[in-house]
Amino acid sequence: MIRLLALALMLLPAAAQAYSLTPQQIAPGVYMFEGVTEHFTRDNMGDIANTGFIVTEDGVLVFDTGPSRNYGQSMRLAIGMVTDKSVKAVYISHHHPDHFLGNQAFADVPIYALEHTIETIRRDGDAVTDNLYRLVGTPMSGTEPLEPSALVTLGRESIGGRDIELIAAGGHGGAGHADLMLLDHGSGVLFAGDLVFHDRTPTTPNAHLAEWHDALNQIEQLDFRVLVPGHGPSARSADPVQQTRDYLLWLEDHLQQAAARGLDAAEVLYLELPERFQHMGVLEQEYRRSVAHLYPEIERATLQDARTP
Amino acid sequence: MKHLIGLVLGVCLCAVGTAQAANEDPMRSPGWRIIEQRFFADQTVVFDDRVQVLAPQSAEDTFAVPGFVRVDGIEDIERLLVIIDLNPVQKVLEMDINEAVMPSVGFRFKVQQRTPVRAAVQTSDGTWHLGGTWVNAAGGGCTAPSTASADPDWAKRLGEVDAALWRRDGGVQRLKTRLVHPMDTGLVDNIPAFYLETLELQDEKGDVLSTVTIESAMSENPVLSFDLAVDGPVRLNGRDNQGNRFRALVQP
Repeated sequence: MIRLLALALMLLPAAAQAYSLTPQQIAPGVYMFEGVTEHFTRDNMGDIANTGFIVTEDGVLVFDTGPSRNYGQSMRLAIGMVTDKSVKAVYISHHHPDHFLGNQAFADVPIYALEHTIETIRRDGDAVTDNLYRLVGTPMSGTEPLEPSALVTLGRESIGGRDIELIAAGGHGGAGHADLMLLDHGSGVLFAGDLVFHDRTPTTPNAHLAEWHDALNQIEQLDFRVLVPGHGPSARSADPVQQTRDYLLWLEDHLQQAAARGLDAAEVLYLELPERFQHMGVLEQEYRRSVAHLYPEIERATLQDARTP
Repeated sequence: MKHLIGLVLGVCLCAVGTAQAANEDPMRSPGWRIIEQRFFADQTVVFDDRVQVLAPQSAEDTFAVPGFVRVDGIEDIERLLVIIDLNPVQKVLEMDINEAVMPSVGFRFKVQQRTPVRAAVQTSDGTWHLGGTWVNAAGGGCTAPSTASADPDWAKRLGEVDAALWRRDGGVQRLKTRLVHPMDTGLVDNIPAFYLETLELQDEKGDVLSTVTIESAMSENPVLSFDLAVDGPVRLNGRDNQGNRFRALVQP
């Protein structure tokens, strides 16, 4: 009996490594894997971001690879349940670990990304991976940061009978071209990456807010019918764009007002948050992280040079 | 009978009030015995939840975690001390409290691992009142941990002092200041300890309101907030452990 129990315990970690990924069809031949609107935990295995794929006549295009090697492998298995086409190419939206750490499972195909994404993964890849090991644990086993293998070519191109446009913007992953989006003109599906959050509080570790707002305006001008945000459910409207904009505008104004009152960062952490954002996942946690990211600079603007000889 | 015991227990607890007898660390910190010997040997210590530390549950940037101490309803405080239990450098700051300087302070600190952050205030009878909170240092994902934010221009900007004063409710004046200083701990190879050691808060005439002693557990480019019960301009007089002086005059 004890031996049986020991055996069961030994099998547990192995069993915990498989992700049960179910592809959701959002348009003919276009699918997403929806992550939970939480923070990284051992229970959710780090599966907090959306990934997706598009089946073309020439093979499958994958958008983002998730938080771990095991996730990437599970993704590939799930893709194989839907189509017998092989994976043709992978596109990485930006450098955050929940979006690219499944790359190892796609090492045999080109992995495309923006220059900013490739350089940042090269520089910070080990550190962000270590951090996810700490937060997520066993499901990360075997995961190493694999740098995207090729620079993405922006613009519109016919791939396997589909009219695919790759669009660069910025503001979430950093300033400049730090965020990649993919628009499939035929189906009208836009994979927006983390420029758009839906019912999940936006994250700001590398945010450049002015450019992020430019990007949101740019997204509203695009001809899409289905929007796949980086986190949260897909939508058949631009509402998640407005929700993201509303939160980011509130956040900046709120922090500026707090700084104008002379509040210390630790006091700002515990201010009350508006009712209209309470339905968004991990509101308090992400708000408090944003205080750490954004408040120091906002606060500095309220101080004047006071040095005397 | 059970009710009676409950009642007696309740009465006992009430009699003790919010201050709990010493030596039984309510935070159950593995570092408490060392902290107790190092900072409070042979002194009376009570754990008192009127001493509060605001800090994030999880450190987003382990090199600069915001903390704020506030004390509610304890009279005759003379000293205030901030300690990080499980850091190689444990003390963040210690300062004088008096009728001109209130027992509240905002600061940024470094953490090495999940640890309690404690504030201790000493009243005129010598008793230390302690409160605190835990900070998790596992980091927040979607984030590159700061790789020691070495500012290449630090030598040029060393000693810059930015500051401002705010008039707040109840006749309180908030002073916030940011000093450019690397605050090196001396624990990194070939980088000697180099940190801001004291900061005097003075009134316009130069009379000292409070002397703040600082250690290298405080973050690079320290940002500090103080609440003063006096109006008018404030002078700052800082000195680092290599003898550099930093002076500033902050106008309301």
